[in-house]
Amino acid sequence: MTTTEPQPGRTVTEVVTDTVAALEGQRGALLPILHAIQETLGCVPREAVPVLAERLNLSRADVHGVVSFYHDFRAEPAGRTTVKICRAEACQAVGSSRLVEHVRDRYGMELGETRSDGALTVDQVFCLGNCALGPTVQVGARLHGRVDAAKLTQLIDSAMAS
Amino acid sequence: MSPVTPSVTVYVPGDSAARSVGADDVAEAVLRAGARVGQPVHLVRNGTRGMLWLEPLVEVVTPEGRIGYGPVEAADVDGLVDAGLFSGGEHPKRVGVIDDLPWMTSQDRLTFARVGVVDPLSPEDFLTHGGLRGLRRALDMSPDEVVEEMTASGLRGRGGAGFPAGIKWKTVLGCDEALKFVCCNADEGDSGTFADRMVMEGDPFLLIEGMTIAAHAVGATEGFVYIRSEYPAAVATMRAAIEIATWHGWLGDGVLGTSLNFSLQVRVGGGAYICGEETSMLESLEGKRGEVRAKPPIPAIHGLFGQPTLVNNVLTLTSVPAILADGAAAFQALGVERSRGTQVFQLGGNIRRGGVVEKAFGVTLGELVEHYGGGTRTGRPVRAVQVGGPLGAYVPPSDFGLRMDYEEFAASGAMVGHGGVVVFDDTVDMAAQARFAMEFCAAESCGKCTPCRIGSTRGVEVIDRIVAGENPDENLALLEDLCEVMTEGSLCAMGGLTPLPVRSALTHFAGDFLEPRIRPRRPLPLSTAQRTDTT
Repeated sequence: MTTTEPQPGRTVTEVVTDTVAALEGQRGALLPILHAIQETLGCVPREAVPVLAERLNLSRADVHGVVSFYHDFRAEPAGRTTVKICRAEACQAVGSSRLVEHVRDRYGMELGETRSDGALTVDQVFCLGNCALGPTVQVGARLHGRVDAAKLTQLIDSAMAS
Repeated sequence: MSPVTPSVTVYVPGDSAARSVGADDVAEAVLRAGARVGQPVHLVRNGTRGMLWLEPLVEVVTPEGRIGYGPVEAADVDGLVDAGLFSGGEHPKRVGVIDDLPWMTSQDRLTFARVGVVDPLSPEDFLTHGGLRGLRRALDMSPDEVVEEMTASGLRGRGGAGFPAGIKWKTVLGCDEALKFVCCNADEGDSGTFADRMVMEGDPFLLIEGMTIAAHAVGATEGFVYIRSEYPAAVATMRAAIEIATWHGWLGDGVLGTSLNFSLQVRVGGGAYICGEETSMLESLEGKRGEVRAKPPIPAIHGLFGQPTLVNNVLTLTSVPAILADGAAAFQALGVERSRGTQVFQLGGNIRRGGVVEKAFGVTLGELVEHYGGGTRTGRPVRAVQVGGPLGAYVPPSDFGLRMDYEEFAASGAMVGHGGVVVFDDTVDMAAQARFAMEFCAAESCGKCTPCRIGSTRGVEVIDRIVAGENPDENLALLEDLCEVMTEGSLCAMGGLTPLPVRSALTHFAGDFLEPRIRPRRPLPLSTAQRTDTT
């Protein structure tokens, strides 16, 4: 998944304001709003928090509390290629820890890290709902089953090259 | 006029699991091969039949029935077509008429009756295969009668806790407020479970029908399906199905020409496992941190935005249409003791034939793992099976005679939960699995109560000390004490049940803790993103 750069001419404040205006009519709208902001900006930047608080009549602490509670919301955009390795039990049973070690050995990256050039983010995930066909890895938006080290290399390298 | 070759109908699943092993490429290859040989193809992207080891499973409609081929790779397709795929010809990958396979005929498919059979978003397919029968009958009944039918069916919540559905429905019906909600918990975060996802991707109208029956029964006008963000395909399918159902008058104002008004929308979670706990899910739906609420008050009386709210799991709500269509007695006739009807067992992990087995309660764990599952994928002996998700016990093969029955499992220190079964072979290090249970709890705890938030971190440390051989007796006693505190002192199942896998590992596989199988072990650190939330 390549993250969307902020559109030229639209500040974070403008994106947040427009998103709130579009979605605030829903009940309990904060999560849909945060998802929409992240979709547009690739993350929920810290400067979005005070704007959200003001528009939604919440305290900054409340908004920050929600943004930081959910693993999905990032303060900075992810790398151009994102890789999520499932580390839950069903994938452990078929060797997902070897994939984590492979990423460490071959790409020099720990889970949760983004490469300094912004090319690659590697993360862990607990279950992608593909428990009979593990180990499962998500590259960008795409799910891959029965992944071994060689296949993981091929998936990452081709995603980074494209 | 030249004769026109009649088109052949070919099914290639569009389910996420099938796509993860190349179903999209296979679908394209089938269309290309059809064009190459001049055979028009009507391609249907169905859900999965649940025979996941055969995915991508290609089915061709023939006069004898739907003949399956699997697992098919894109590179196989030309050869298959040359062998007569389009007329059900012989090939080493031909598995026969799917509906006649013993693996399928021996199941009791109620909830999964249409999954894999129909085009998920075709309203015509849905109606042809019995869709809306349950809703139509329910709408002819009073809410009290529908609730009575639910109670009589003996259906218990399929999300894990097994609470009798009829009692919950009756409580919501008994509340006088004008605004009530029906919320479907589709935050299927437990490893080893994928049936919620499969039914939402494979038969989304079924969930809509179940929720609409529930709305009529309890007097609700608004509903939410809370789906985890890890399931984008289920989100997209449910949203499309809601739009189609609304257009057909199955949802919205005046459902099927009656006075029932019910609107439904999908909400996407934020990657927090704890939101599968019902009160945490309600907090999340309100736009807050997904922190667990203390009960009472129970959500049935004081739920979403303080209003009476029916919260049920996907598989509970998708069981409802069959109960209403064919009557409570038919459902109640299946099962054993106080576990009535069917459960959708999900076989995963290191298993040869992984997938979905919907069977009446009472099937043994051994039948599921050995008979349906065919043992491990690696071919090595089974050493442990985790039943009921990350908070479920590890069961050794010596207990394979256990029947799938809430009470029988509970009596042996395990739980049926939602029917997820994850198999491990004899290379598994059970001390590492116990450590992981604590690590997972530390990463995913909502942080509200201390035994869960702090206890899980201490649990990781204590297990590390035991495995390192530091004062093992003292530390084992400490771990047992910690497990007791977490079990008794946590608000919800996250902290309360994390000791279950830990204790079962200690009970059945104590040797792994004292004579570590793999030493030195390099523990995987929590990722930085996870760690910031748990301090």
